[in-house]
Amino acid sequence: MSRRRIGLALAAASFAWGFATSLAHATEISFWTWRQEDKAAYNELFADFTKANPDIHVKFESFPDENYPTIVSTALAGGKGGDVIHTHAYGWLEQFVKAGYFEPLDMATVPSLANQPADALVSGTYRADKKVYSLPFASQTLGLFINKDVFAKAGLTPPTTWDEFITVSKALKEKGIYPLANGMGTSWFNEMFVAIFTNPFLGPDFVSDLTSGKTTFKDPRYVAALGKLLELRPYMPDGFEGIDYETAGQLFLSGKAAMLAGGSFDIATYRSQNPAINMDFVAPPMAKAGDTPQATKFFDGGYAVNSKSASKEAALKLVNWMGTKEFGDKFSALLGNISPIKGVVIKDELLSHVAKLNETAMPHINVVYFRFEKPTGSELLQGDITKMMSGSITPDQLAADLTDGLAKWYKPFQGK
Amino acid sequence: MTEGWRHTAKPFAWRRSLWIAALLTPALLVMVLFVLWPLLSAFRFAFYEFNGLRPSGFIGLENFRQVLFEKPYSDWTWNAFKHNVIAFLALMLFENGTAFLIAFALLKALPGHRVHQVIVFLPVVLSAVIVGFLWKLFLHPLFGLVNQLLGLVGIGAIPWLGNEHTALGSILFANIWHWLGFPALVLLAGMQRISKDVLEAARLDGAGDLALMTKIVWPLIAPSVTIVTILTFIGSFNWFEIPYVMAGLTGSPGGSTDVLGLYFYRTAFGSTTTGIQDFGQGSALAVLMFVFVAGVTAIALRYLRRREIEQ
Repeated sequence: MSRRRIGLALAAASFAWGFATSLAHATEISFWTWRQEDKAAYNELFADFTKANPDIHVKFESFPDENYPTIVSTALAGGKGGDVIHTHAYGWLEQFVKAGYFEPLDMATVPSLANQPADALVSGTYRADKKVYSLPFASQTLGLFINKDVFAKAGLTPPTTWDEFITVSKALKEKGIYPLANGMGTSWFNEMFVAIFTNPFLGPDFVSDLTSGKTTFKDPRYVAALGKLLELRPYMPDGFEGIDYETAGQLFLSGKAAMLAGGSFDIATYRSQNPAINMDFVAPPMAKAGDTPQATKFFDGGYAVNSKSASKEAALKLVNWMGTKEFGDKFSALLGNISPIKGVVIKDELLSHVAKLNETAMPHINVVYFRFEKPTGSELLQGDITKMMSGSITPDQLAADLTDGLAKWYKPFQGK
Repeated sequence: MTEGWRHTAKPFAWRRSLWIAALLTPALLVMVLFVLWPLLSAFRFAFYEFNGLRPSGFIGLENFRQVLFEKPYSDWTWNAFKHNVIAFLALMLFENGTAFLIAFALLKALPGHRVHQVIVFLPVVLSAVIVGFLWKLFLHPLFGLVNQLLGLVGIGAIPWLGNEHTALGSILFANIWHWLGFPALVLLAGMQRISKDVLEAARLDGAGDLALMTKIVWPLIAPSVTIVTILTFIGSFNWFEIPYVMAGLTGSPGGSTDVLGLYFYRTAFGSTTTGIQDFGQGSALAVLMFVFVAGVTAIALRYLRRREIEQ
């Protein structure tokens, strides 16, 4: 009996020793993000990674969105920070790359870069050396949420053109329903609101003229598109100047409003807040019948490797895995986001509809082209748009402020 | 005897100095690490250009020139500064003015004055974040308490925080509600230090409440007024929490609630949605704010102390 006990104790001890040794040899890396709400999904994804790479364990660490840039920049400046950093894209990323905080990614270290489409890679590329520093994780689409039940109850069809939008909005208002849930109380979303409704009036030619330096925001096409926003005011909630994006979402979810200009990033949130909601996500109203539906698209950010990471090899391995179809399929299914990885299968009907909208979507002009230097297009537009919507400045003045402000660093606008 | 005293006093003085040093060191370390060092860093960074998030070269006064004289930065700086000045004037007039009246009423020790004293001071103990959030809810255009009450008398939804003309006033109102109890308490303490004989003599001479307030109480609480004025000034120019919670980092709508604290934070640390960080310009703003607040406070203190002596 005592021999048996001794034997069992020895077996347990050797098992524990073996387990401890395997843990001691395992590398633990950390993943830093602002997406606190995605913890469960990422932990499930990281468990899959560890299954395939038993020697690497990934720790999910999240920080408040609003303070994320400060926390990340302070940590990286001190040679600390996560091994893999969730980054925003374009200009946000560039300031970190300039400071040398991220490791360049190439086909040798991250072969899954080949799975990314060219426009996605631009979002994680530093313009000066043309190297990729952040592996894109999701595209976001801006468009119009439709509460199908509200439309059905009102006996109306969701609009596809601007004229239909106005007609339907008048009818909804007469029935005591807010046609459009949005207000102007959230600065970051106001910029998206502008992109959503102006892009169908601008079209790809305007973007091409703007980025090639042929025109500026003072272009009559841009001023006219801004003018269209003023026509929306009667169909927004009472006191819309003070309605924030969260309230707008609640008005839409509760059926008090029929439409909401919003982003695909909120699909999962709205479904969790009201599982019974019968909603659609469509392109915003076209300028006229027969035009190409034009939602707005941008890449939200990506995954970068801390250049001071003590486990760079493991971090690169993780980032490479995050660029595979295996990751993309599960990422889209768990988080309701559209992975840019080629060949990713999106099973959800609404999400696959959004992915279809992406094929003809316009870029989010300010985010993609005008957030690289100070003053950013976002600072300028967010400051002025509430003034324009409340009537204290005109679309011409906004367009001039935007152009003149950007001319500080964007050479094609200088002297125009 | 004298020799003996000297003999024992030296080690005693040495030990006493060591003891004082030991007591002061932790506080001094904290001050140096968390006050002096960041302050000196800000002074240094203000003279550097930042390429990305690292200083890339000494540029002298360029950051100061940009925030003071180059558009659009100068517009934003002066706009924020204007709102700080408005905040200071409004708080002096409405917060401290009301606080003076409340303190005078409490001094009279009317029935229930102790309960009122607690009620007036209660909001002060709340966190500024809670107060800001609470008033943001109260002022919500559709569901807020204020508009619900106004709706009862037929007034439609007012976007208090969404309208350029009402936003700053609304935030100031919330701030006054939050802090009113503090100057009231300081002024009341000042009033309670006035000798009862002086007040009774004035009463016997036929002084009414107004005469008592203006001719006796006001001049005699000059030290308390000095403290309240200086603290209001410093608070107005370091104002951050309530505007941040109620109007966001951009001082919305359209910069109508922007103050130097918000503008500094936005410039130095950026924001996810507006773009990039510029520690150089941010540090220049911080230095300007520090110099202005310290300079004006020093001058005001000198003037107010002289006034105390004269009275």
